[in-house]
Amino acid sequence: MNRKVLQIAAPAALGLLLLVGRIAAQTGLAAAESHGEENADFSKAVIHVLPVRGPIYMLVGDGANITLQAGKQGELLVNTGFDKMSDKLIATMKKYSDRPLQYIINTNFYADGTNGNDLIRLAGTTITGANVTADISDSRQGAQILAQDNVVAHMSAPTGEKAPTPEGAWPTDTYIGKEKTLFFNGEGIEIIHQPNALTDGDSLVFFRRSDVISAGDIFNTDGYPVIDVAKGGTIEGTVLALTHIVEMAIVEHEEEGGTLVIPGHGHLCDQAEVVEYRDMVAIVRDRVKDAIKRGLTLQQTKAEKLTSDYDPTYGHNSYWTPDQFIEAAYNSLKK
Amino acid sequence: MILSYFSRVASTAAMAILLAGGFSIRPVYAQVDLSGNWGAMFDEDFPERIPGPELGDYLGLPITDANRLRADSWSSSRITMPEQQCRVHVSPYIYRGPTNLRIWEEKDPETQALVAIHNYSQTYEQNRTIWMDGRPHPPDYALHTWMGFSTGKWEGDVLTVYTTHIKTGWVRRNGLVEDDRATLTEHFIRHGDILTHVSIVSDPGYLSEPLIKSQDFQLNLYYNGNWLYPCEAVDEVVGRKEGEVPNYLPGKNPFLTEYEKNHPMVPYDAARGGAETMYPEYRKKIKAMMAAQAAAEKK
Repeated sequence: MNRKVLQIAAPAALGLLLLVGRIAAQTGLAAAESHGEENADFSKAVIHVLPVRGPIYMLVGDGANITLQAGKQGELLVNTGFDKMSDKLIATMKKYSDRPLQYIINTNFYADGTNGNDLIRLAGTTITGANVTADISDSRQGAQILAQDNVVAHMSAPTGEKAPTPEGAWPTDTYIGKEKTLFFNGEGIEIIHQPNALTDGDSLVFFRRSDVISAGDIFNTDGYPVIDVAKGGTIEGTVLALTHIVEMAIVEHEEEGGTLVIPGHGHLCDQAEVVEYRDMVAIVRDRVKDAIKRGLTLQQTKAEKLTSDYDPTYGHNSYWTPDQFIEAAYNSLKK
Repeated sequence: MILSYFSRVASTAAMAILLAGGFSIRPVYAQVDLSGNWGAMFDEDFPERIPGPELGDYLGLPITDANRLRADSWSSSRITMPEQQCRVHVSPYIYRGPTNLRIWEEKDPETQALVAIHNYSQTYEQNRTIWMDGRPHPPDYALHTWMGFSTGKWEGDVLTVYTTHIKTGWVRRNGLVEDDRATLTEHFIRHGDILTHVSIVSDPGYLSEPLIKSQDFQLNLYYNGNWLYPCEAVDEVVGRKEGEVPNYLPGKNPFLTEYEKNHPMVPYDAARGGAETMYPEYRKKIKAMMAAQAAAEKK
């Protein structure tokens, strides 16, 4: 989808989404969606590179994990982190391929994965054919940014209104079906929509030859899932998305190895950690469902401390507390 | 004279050290050879090991409230799920399994320095490497495994091992867990044909104090035994909904009272575990609880 077209054809629904978005920001979701890192001091931050398998690397800075695929055709990133880290990210990427960045894939619109889009995109290039290049003069400028279609709606604004993110950070190409596929650097890549998980625009990225899934924020090892109910997120959809990862992953031996999973935050994993996390989210879902069935209000449900057995592992983040997770679960199940 | 006297004392002491070592000058980097095939001695803590622990039995474990709720909510139906069926016992727990254990050394071919000590556990066919070459542990964001990342050092004749990067796993296989930030310290102590393994698990989230256990192995010179553990996951429950995970809501697990019924000499509060229940002094409290219970029943 062309950005210029988007500016002209702003659907009325966007206005509603933006209104809901403002309400969400007031409740602290905006901070959660950047995992509390939007005001962090990145000056001393270092990007660590963990080779995952074949051409896939996990880049770990002070923000969300970034996935890099580097090969003979060029480079592909899954998410871009914060713009304050962009220079360091670009310098790191240069060590892994002489060819330019061609693709950025955003797994959703959250700031910790998209804030660096604009700067990182300009460090890359789009390879285009003759008639396309002839028609659109700036078509080679910067890498393509791919995402599920709803991501654009959450990052842009109708003409005349201030968008929450700069235009240069918006996805340049979106998909609306179950998935979008690419073949790049010798392997098939599936970008698979996970309906109504954290939002209405989440994607998993599956590198088929490398057998690596980049899960985005649907899966973390250090916090509860940041579900944005106002943007279409649900706890039920999150459980299903996690179950989908479990089903996609094939273990090598005794529930270990095989398909590797890069989480949005935290350490590199395989299927076992996703099972653990999926089970946790499903168990909390069942408890909140029961609280609603018993007629408890949100405040009463929070008072029951339904995540207390999982808080030692997932409940220590100030930007997305157990109470916020319970509130999101409650509101999504109440709908 | 004085120097000569001290020199005689020093050489006598040095001889004594050599004699204690069986006249052999041993390299400092490998005091004892742990290599061999070792068989587990099941009679130690047998009920927990072969029949398996009973539901709701947390006695003697320094668990936190979070761990207790986690186990109370655990349903054994969870292990009917294909992705749970071959789930391995993590390194702090696997030495309690019905395992044949093989240990061997890996030497640098050029220097014969000890690079690593390998453990192979027949239970779940787990290979474990204990690095002895002084390498650092990986960063936090590296992959975690069932066995974790282990480094070892000799402390006298005791091999002491420190392990990080362990996946979430059992503290007791009735739902009690340690999470992926737990660390493990072990001591491997050989007394002739007996190997004592001491494990110390620390997990600030799920254990209020370190959990210390020991188990013994017998050197096995003749028995070849079973060294495999094939495990294939299958669908055991038909019609389970996608996203369904068996569990009990808080306070709704009907099996938590079974242990109390089967073991009337253990009060319910004692079976709920906690650090206090680890120590000998707790027996006095159990006696008092039983006396109070008996008095209440008389009334």
